[in-house]
Parts: sequence; C-alpha cells; structure tokens
Amino acid sequence: MSLSDLIVTILVISVTLGGTLGICSYLIWLERKLSAAMQDRLGPNRVGPAGLFQPIADGLKFILKEEFTPKYVDKFLFTLAPCVSVFTTLLAFAVVPFGPMERTFEWFRFVVAPGVDIGLVFVFAVTSLAVYGIILGGWASNNKYSVLGALRSSAQVISYELPLGMSVLGIALLSGTLNLEQIAMKQGAVGILGWNVWVQPLACLIFFTAALAESNRLPFDLPECEQELVGGYHTEYSAMKFAMFFLAEYAHVITVSFLTSILFFGAWYFPGISTPTSDYPLAWVVGLAVLFFKVLCCIVFIMLLRWTIPRFRFDQLMNLAWKGLIPLALLNVVCVMLTLHFDQSRWWLALTSIGLFLGAGALSLTLQRSPRPTSSVALRRAA
Amino acid sequence: MSDPKNADPKDEVRWVDEPALGFWESTFVPAIVQGLRTTIRHVVDRKPVTQQFPEQKPELPPNYRGVHRLNRDEQGRVKCVACFMCATACPAHCIAIEAAPAPWEDRDKYPATFVIDELKCIYCGMCEEACPCDAIELTSQFDISAISREQMLFDREKLLSIYDATANLPDDPVRTHRGALGPASELEVQPASPPTRPVGDPAKEAVVGPKPTPKEPAGANLVAPHLPIPGAPTYSDAASAPRRRKDG
Repeated sequence: MSLSDLIVTILVISVTLGGTLGICSYLIWLERKLSAAMQDRLGPNRVGPAGLFQPIADGLKFILKEEFTPKYVDKFLFTLAPCVSVFTTLLAFAVVPFGPMERTFEWFRFVVAPGVDIGLVFVFAVTSLAVYGIILGGWASNNKYSVLGALRSSAQVISYELPLGMSVLGIALLSGTLNLEQIAMKQGAVGILGWNVWVQPLACLIFFTAALAESNRLPFDLPECEQELVGGYHTEYSAMKFAMFFLAEYAHVITVSFLTSILFFGAWYFPGISTPTSDYPLAWVVGLAVLFFKVLCCIVFIMLLRWTIPRFRFDQLMNLAWKGLIPLALLNVVCVMLTLHFDQSRWWLALTSIGLFLGAGALSLTLQRSPRPTSSVALRRAA
Repeated sequence: MSDPKNADPKDEVRWVDEPALGFWESTFVPAIVQGLRTTIRHVVDRKPVTQQFPEQKPELPPNYRGVHRLNRDEQGRVKCVACFMCATACPAHCIAIEAAPAPWEDRDKYPATFVIDELKCIYCGMCEEACPCDAIELTSQFDISAISREQMLFDREKLLSIYDATANLPDDPVRTHRGALGPASELEVQPASPPTRPVGDPAKEAVVGPKPTPKEPAGANLVAPHLPIPGAPTYSDAASAPRRRKDG
C-alpha cells in the first residue's frame, strides 16, 4: 500500500466517522422534532433557532455529567460494552458505499474498504457482533433488570439474524455477487425497473423488519422496554457510556437505511437525474444527494413507524420471527433458486413474493387459536 | 359459594375470546397503514397544543385556586379578625395564627402573626369558604417559588403583599365585600361598649395569644380606628351578593 493510499484511506475514514456521528446527533434532533409533531407538541425549541443547537447541548451534557460506575460491576466489561457496541456498528459501515462508486477521485472514494467481495456477509457478521455489547453491558452491570434486557436482546438478535440473512440471499443470487458496490451498479445499469424491490418486494419487507429488530428500535425495543425492565441493559449506565449505546443505536439505523437503499432501491441511481452514463459536471454531487435522500426517507419512515406501532410482546416477537419471517424468507429463496435454475423471467419473482405474502395471511387464518377451555367451575358442574 | 355445583353462573369467571382475525388483519397491513396515516396526518397538519409557559400565560379556569392572600379593608388594614375559623377548617393544618387584641375599635382581635405553610397547603379553598369576613382568599397566582422551605412559610406581610399585587388584576378581583370587614363584624347586636382590653389579665392573655401589641408592626398600614365604616354593605347586602366571582 503506497503512502497516498494510506492518506486517502485515513481521509475517507475520518469523513465517514465524522459524518456518521454528526448525522447521528442531528438524527436525534430530527427524531425529537418529528415525534413532537406526531404528538402535537413543539419539541426542542430553546437552544438556538428551532432548537438546532440542542444536539450540541446534549453532547456537552453527556460529556460533562458525572460518569457513575456502580460498586459491584465488573469494571472492565462494564467499560468495554459500550465501546463494543459503537465499534461494531461503525465497523459495519466500512464496506457500505455512501456515494457514486464509479466516480472515484484520486484523493477520495465513497467507501472505506473498496472491493470487498464478501461485503454483505461482512456487514451481517459485524452487526450481529453488536449484541455482544448489549450482553456484556447487561451482564457486567450486576443488575437483574440489565441481565433480563440483555438476554431478551440476545434471543431477539439471534432470531432475527436468520430472516435478515435469508432475505438478502435472494438479492445475492440474482446479482451474482455479495459485493455491495456491484449490487448497486447492477441495479443502476438497468434503470428504475432494475431496482431489486420490484422483483423482491417480500425480501425487502422481511429485510426491513428484521433490520429494525436488529437495531433494537421500536416496535422491537424489547431489550430496553422501560415499563418492564427499568432501562434494560443500560440501566446502570450514565453520561458518555450511556450516550455511546445511544449512538450505536442511531448508527445502526443509519447503516440499515443505507443497506435498504443500496440493496433494494437502486442506491445512488435515479432515472433522469443520476444514471451511470450521466456526464454533466458535479454528477457525483447529484449521485450523493440521491442516495442521501433515499436514506433520509428510510430513516424518517423508521421514525414514523416508531410512533405508530406499539411494542411487540415477547412471544409475539418470537412468533413473528420463527413462524412468519423465517419460513417466508426461506420460501422466497427457494423461489429465486427455481427461477434462476429454470432460467425463467425475473418478474415471476414479483408474483411469487405477493403470492407468498397472501398465502401467509391465508395460512394464519386457518391456524387461528382454538377457543379457550371453559372455566373450571363450569367443567366441574358438567361432571 | 363454597359448593361449586351451586355457584351462581353470574359469579363465574367469564372468558372473553378475542375476536377472530380476518385475512387482512393477519397480514398486519391495514393496521399499519391506518396507523401511519394517523401519524403522518399529525406531522403534515401540525397543530401543537404546547403552551410556551413563561412567555405565554395559561388560561386558567375562573375558579382556579392558587396562592392565598390576606385581604385589606378599605382603610388598608388587615381584614382578618383572628377568629381561627380558617385554621380549624384547614384539612392540612397549614395555617398558624396568633391572635392579639386589635388596636382598632371595630373588632376584638387581629392576627399578630398569620403564617400559611404553602408547601403543606393542598389548595382546597376551605379556608376561604370558612372565613366569616372574607379576609382570606385564594388567588390565581400559581408560579410561586423559593429556594428553601422556610421561604415558603408565608407570613402576614407576605400575604398582604400578595393582596397588594393581585387585588387590582382582572383575574383576581376581591370577590366579596371589598373594603368592608365582612358580615360577621356587622351583626345587628354590636357590643354596647368598646371591647375591653385584656391588659394585665393573664387568664385572658393565655386565650388570645401573646402579649397584646398596641401598634401594628412596621410595614403594616396603620390607620386610625374607624367605626362605622361608611359605605360598608350591610349584612343583608352581603347575603345577596355573589359569593364567588366569575361563577357561571
């Protein structure tokens, strides 16, 4: 690796890290404003115009607050846990292209680690490590509620890893590669009809749902559900350590939104505005803007969902994963395999996706719970 | 009830089955779409109900019960006659009064000290109901604060100063008998002679409180004794006058 390569990589890493963390803080502002609007409130409006300096004030508060470590915690793991959490979510971003890849400059490129052929596998491998941060945090806290939250989280993450991986398996088969850049470019070469969401709508739905569960966002925020678990795995955390868990969650939301846009919605391409052949000046800026707009839409949708759907009960959460998403994802992969093997048109997959979805609905109709047993008093009287 | 076979069917636990899901319900889609529509409607059509408190004062209901005040009569003296009715009525026992012989001709006693613990008070308004001469009233002031518990013990001067601050506000008019002492002081049968001063009478002193102060302490508005009060409403006027302002 030459020196210039090293400099470029360091530049890209600093831009990515700084950008992600900066966007994170303003995502919190956006989320607070949006949730305020949804609840007929005003949201932060005291610090700066429209509360725009609120994230800075929050950050200062987190840094200056007393960082309390309870007496009976495992100090090493207790400190390590938030670091693992942030590290893994940020590391996943290494292979995610965040700009038009074909317009790489000499001094800059739009991905930290270019040309990783197992990009998709890398992302899932690393993001599933994030559960270590949660489990370590809950376990090292020496607190029952923390452990309960952490255990729920491990069960949840392990369950949702499966549909998450399987939903993108179809994309990988269709694109013939696990490289995120290649997947994006293949979609761009065809145009808007090449977007994977048209041939894999079910996979998109499963991926999005499972990814929400992976990032511990509502309606899947069981590990930190306040009503039952005080604060969940981060009950004992304060100041910057707590902020790091929070940061990890938001970074995860960003990663998930990037992945959704890249895998299913044509990445930085949009017909007429940004195509692989558009050669007007500053085309890379437009490409960047297109991708960021898609990501923003995704994030706003996640925030809308947060205040729309109530939290799942734990058994419902498990039911959804094991009885709903995993069989559907599996059948979807089988459909993709059959289509590719028999060399049929890809558009059959759109039909099979819809068919699978409707079939799942119809199946759950026939599997309705049998009526409850009558009360013991009535049973005894009948006897 | 002990024999399950003879149990009244009405006492049984009734099992209520959740309604069966239809096809669309079991796909979650209509519920999510419906919910998202509600959420998005609130974002697009923003109608915040937040009141920006320090800048924007809340609209209080007319019978709002805030901090107390001790009313003054038309000569600026404290209206209270230290009858202890409010302290007796108070369910929170937050009123402490020490009575002293009044330096004025028109009443027997007046409060030498009158302390309300605003932290103990539950703002029920019973003191106001109980007061026979409308001396204590609850204002609509609610934003009182202090940096110690002692500062929240409001003494007579503080309560009178609240009167001075609020009596002419549109929100807090003096509700009844403005300037007059109140119906209890205007009974048909007035004492024939001026009330005897309990000077040097230890038995009476113990009843009414500490050593009588001939003059009000500094800060109070001392006005010469005055009887009868010109223009004061009679007892019958008072009975027909509205008890509470702004009601109805």
